[in-house]
Amino acid sequence: MHGREEGILSQSEVKLLEVKRVEKVFSVKVGTFEKKDLHALNQVNFDIYQGKTLSLVGESGCGKTTVGKVILGLYQATKGEVLFHGKDIARQTPRERGAVQKNIQMIFQDPYSSLNPRKKVKMILEQPLKIHTDMNRKQRMETIYEICDDVGIDYSYLERYPHQFSGGQRQRIAIARAIILRPELVLADEPISALDVSIQAQILNLMMDLKDKYNLTTLFITHDISVVKHISDYVAVMYLGEIVEYASKKELFAHPRHPYTKMLFSTVPDIYTPLATDSVLKTGEIQSPIDLPKGCFFANRCPYREEACEAAHPALLDSGAAHLVRCPLHDRI
Amino acid sequence: MALLEVKNLKTHFFTRKGLIKAVDGISFSIEKGEIMGIVGESGAGKSITGFSLLKLIDKPGRIVEGEILFDGVDLVTQTEKQIQKIRGNDIAMIFQDPQTSLNPVITIGEQMMEAILYHHSDVSRKQAFASCVDILKLVGLPAAAERMKSYPHQLSGGMKQRVVIAMALLNNPKLLIADEPTTALDVTIQAQILYLMKKLSQDFHSSLILITHDIAVVSQLCDKIAVMYAGRIVEYGSKEEIIFDPRHPYTKGLIACLPKLNDDQERLYQIPGIMPTLLSLPKGCYFKDRCELADSECDVYPPEQCMGERRVFCHKVK
Repeated sequence: MHGREEGILSQSEVKLLEVKRVEKVFSVKVGTFEKKDLHALNQVNFDIYQGKTLSLVGESGCGKTTVGKVILGLYQATKGEVLFHGKDIARQTPRERGAVQKNIQMIFQDPYSSLNPRKKVKMILEQPLKIHTDMNRKQRMETIYEICDDVGIDYSYLERYPHQFSGGQRQRIAIARAIILRPELVLADEPISALDVSIQAQILNLMMDLKDKYNLTTLFITHDISVVKHISDYVAVMYLGEIVEYASKKELFAHPRHPYTKMLFSTVPDIYTPLATDSVLKTGEIQSPIDLPKGCFFANRCPYREEACEAAHPALLDSGAAHLVRCPLHDRI
Repeated sequence: MALLEVKNLKTHFFTRKGLIKAVDGISFSIEKGEIMGIVGESGAGKSITGFSLLKLIDKPGRIVEGEILFDGVDLVTQTEKQIQKIRGNDIAMIFQDPQTSLNPVITIGEQMMEAILYHHSDVSRKQAFASCVDILKLVGLPAAAERMKSYPHQLSGGMKQRVVIAMALLNNPKLLIADEPTTALDVTIQAQILYLMKKLSQDFHSSLILITHDIAVVSQLCDKIAVMYAGRIVEYGSKEEIIFDPRHPYTKGLIACLPKLNDDQERLYQIPGIMPTLLSLPKGCYFKDRCELADSECDVYPPEQCMGERRVFCHKVK
């Protein structure tokens, strides 16, 4: 589509997963007879390094969940490559992926709909072991007990059904299910946004403990930039299907450069700062991913917009210190 | 005289499993033009408090005790017919999910006009249409007149929430109850909606009760905060007192466990455990099982302690 040159994000560590120029186009009906292309992902590039956590941040509709689904094989990419250990899995269904699929697991947003209500916790946790391993019954139970200790589920819970648990406990069960096969990559799609604030802290701490214990590699998908600070090593900010800023957590939080990232920071409700003034009303809404503009996608909401921004689409360029920004004005604003 | 004064309100649910004291003896008051926040986890009884004020409690639930004095009139003793005159007129409510609070098969315009025409028989459809468009402009909906013909599914989440807010403001209510108005929205849209609600309540001199689980949202908007836990208020005071000098261990925990942008802690503070279910509340202080300070003294439910304007329920606060 736009055919732009993109800087490949690189770091001197072991790459577990490489996402290369991935595009995903959906065909949507806009009238009775007319169909249009919806560009959910445009030339998305990033790498995930072994043992590290990459956070994808953005508003709803920016394509962050679509990225997760492409990696998991629930969607097939329209263009581009997803290399897992160097093997392209971008257009393979989960079945075609075979053993690879076992190594990529997902934690979903809503623990109320992601656990089968008719199965006991024990069955929920045992299922992946039955499918992907040749453990006998005793070994399976040992593995289950071990994982229960890790995530803080009481053994007696194994005989209960999901509806008997609170949201936080359910999310612990969902995490246990995701990591019971010791996957190399865990995708966590908004794992705490459906939970109460006091429980959110518990689950975040649990995920950090598990990361240390099993050296987990995680792709953490979220809309909440304040959560990102605690969990990630690298952060990629997405807007309308493309990455607009990418840096290490430290660098990004010290020097956010893209106007959109700055806007995200300024709108996070912070307990000790008063509500932003009139300026927030001008922040507008994300536009539809159908009929994308020719220039910068963010231009219509950007307070620093110049004429040039609407003429040409900016590329994602390194601004030094492995900090990639898709904004030609970033060093002036 | 306060606009709203709630005294010892108790809303209980008589379920087959047993008695659930969803709201158990709470008291607070709101002056004209004041914004109050009710914070707590899910199940703390904050939404039921909001519903109780409008008497939207269904069976098996019932307001069993207490007074809700609105402009000096006790709503608890009013009949359903009398309440209907107040509901949507003097007291309006914004519900959590704009997706489900709008009727999907009726246009925005019809739904909004109904709110006016129901309460004012002397207003013509034309006048009602005009005031709806005015108020949609006020809440910042672009192309307001065209939007009147739209169905809810044609609007984004943020736009729908603006419509719901506009609808609540139509009859210039004296009191607005907003139940998690921004939970379903993105942070950037949330900031816009919060700012809008603050501005509108100032412009209209209306009071606002903001119900939310997010103490950061409350701190940005409210003059006064009530922290609820397991059906009761555990701490109640001005925003400054609660946010900058929390006394109850639960309030302290809620503030400490927030991820903060501007500090470098690795692990977050966490309140251990979960809120007890309302069917099996512990004897004594409901928070004692999660509290670091709890000892034998806490086996009795703590009495109210007044510290100036602030009220706090904890033995350990001296």
